[in-house]
Amino acid sequence: MKERIRIGCGAGFSGDRLEPAVMLVQQGQLDYLVLECLAERTIALAQKRKRQDPTKGYDPLLERRIESLLPHLLANNVRLITNMGAANPLAAAEKICGIARRLNLPITVAAVTGDDVFDQLSGDETALETGKPLTDSGPLISANAYLGSDAILPALATSASIIITGRVADPSLFVSPLVHEFGWSLDEADQIGQGTVIGHLLECAGQLTGGYFADPGRKNVPDMAHLGHPFADVSRDGAAVFGKVAGTGGHLSVATAKEQLLYEVMDPSRYITPDVIADFTQVRLTESGPNQVSASGGRGQTRPDTLKVSIGYEAGYIGEGEISYAGSNALGRAQLAGSIIQERLQERFTDLRIDYIGSTSVHRTNFGNYPDPYEIRLRVAGKATTAQQAALVGEEVEALYTNGPAGGGGARKYIHEVVGIVSTLLPRLKATSHVTVLHA
Amino acid sequence: MKRKLYDLAHSRAGDKGNTLTLSLIPYRAEDYELLRTLVTADVVKNHMRDIIAGDVIRYELPNLPALQFVCQQALTGGVTTSLTMDTHGKSLSYALLEMEIGD
Repeated sequence: MKERIRIGCGAGFSGDRLEPAVMLVQQGQLDYLVLECLAERTIALAQKRKRQDPTKGYDPLLERRIESLLPHLLANNVRLITNMGAANPLAAAEKICGIARRLNLPITVAAVTGDDVFDQLSGDETALETGKPLTDSGPLISANAYLGSDAILPALATSASIIITGRVADPSLFVSPLVHEFGWSLDEADQIGQGTVIGHLLECAGQLTGGYFADPGRKNVPDMAHLGHPFADVSRDGAAVFGKVAGTGGHLSVATAKEQLLYEVMDPSRYITPDVIADFTQVRLTESGPNQVSASGGRGQTRPDTLKVSIGYEAGYIGEGEISYAGSNALGRAQLAGSIIQERLQERFTDLRIDYIGSTSVHRTNFGNYPDPYEIRLRVAGKATTAQQAALVGEEVEALYTNGPAGGGGARKYIHEVVGIVSTLLPRLKATSHVTVLHA
Repeated sequence: MKRKLYDLAHSRAGDKGNTLTLSLIPYRAEDYELLRTLVTADVVKNHMRDIIAGDVIRYELPNLPALQFVCQQALTGGVTTSLTMDTHGKSLSYALLEMEIGD
């Protein structure tokens, strides 16, 4: 057994850059590469694609990522763990084998399934967000349980060099290889808690190494065009040292690590995953060298008896329209345009939003501190039950060209189909995971 | 002397459904006590009253040191169905940092 392993994270969301993962595998001396590519809503959208075509429903970038990585994974003896299977890990595994055959690179792929619990639900279960039955939210599309390390471990026990999953808790993608390599017990809550701290710090990839951190003049980050993604050297006792490939851009410091440690954390003493209820309150971060941070002190309590299930539902449509005003009294003209739209659409939309981009559109206020800007973009959004109704929003905004205030320009209109997400809890025993091994 | 939190600390926003999380991390560890004293959950709720409809809970992390604010009903319905531009509320870290403290 190894005394220390190195795990890198080469993607922190579905649309992340491709080349940092290649860089990690080529030059990072990794044992494992993790690609975390599955947000809450991504899997519901993937489920819709699978319904239209049963051979689809995996991550849209799967082919490109695997094509760029596969030769380097094999040459450097790096195992890949990824949730790019999305709604269809088996089809993703088949696709990877197809790519491997085409590149004449023999590999073994293990697909982890069992997160799709749509058939286990009646729809009468209570949504955590609303306190009402799930079906009250709208027609249900998908239901995926967050599986834990126990679902990934049997795949790691095979000879597979690529392990592809659907919905699993993000930190479990990292905890599972630690448990596998070091023979940790999933019942050792403190050890799994420390593993979860490691996973949580890595799971958003570039967000640990200076991505989403920079504020020029205050928090400077060098060479962000070539941001390096992070890895962790983890010892058998759980001690972890984070780093990135020498020569890559970005910056890894105690400050970047603190921001990531608390990212999306509710109660820091109870960070709940399928593996453990982790406690981040005793975590200590220290800089052990340039672009090198150590993390210790993660602890935990016994894992919960239930799994969180993420449920996608049809939530209608959103129609949007935008138009710009600039120069003297730009805000005044935009506000006039907004009031015209309000008057014309308020009868037909119960949920209509008018934003002034450049002033109050993202914070919904400017705290009264800022002078009027030189240019303003009016943005209108309305919720609709049909695509035709949603289209009205953009049509009305576009019609401001000849019927609205002076100097409006650059009108754009959009229609989005909306997938909503609610969640519920499922007894752990109701979700059974499986591993399927394919060879190419 | 009034000072913006922006001058003392940094922050990252996160989202869980309709709940917004905001970290507040002092640049200098010695400013932690000042922030802990002045930036209470009530003060944050009042500063962001146009944004946060629900309660604000504050967690203290003296080891880092940092404060963590969990803000309920702050994302106009949540990532997936909100009509706002920034459905995740990712930009709201800088709304917190707009707060002025001191006299």
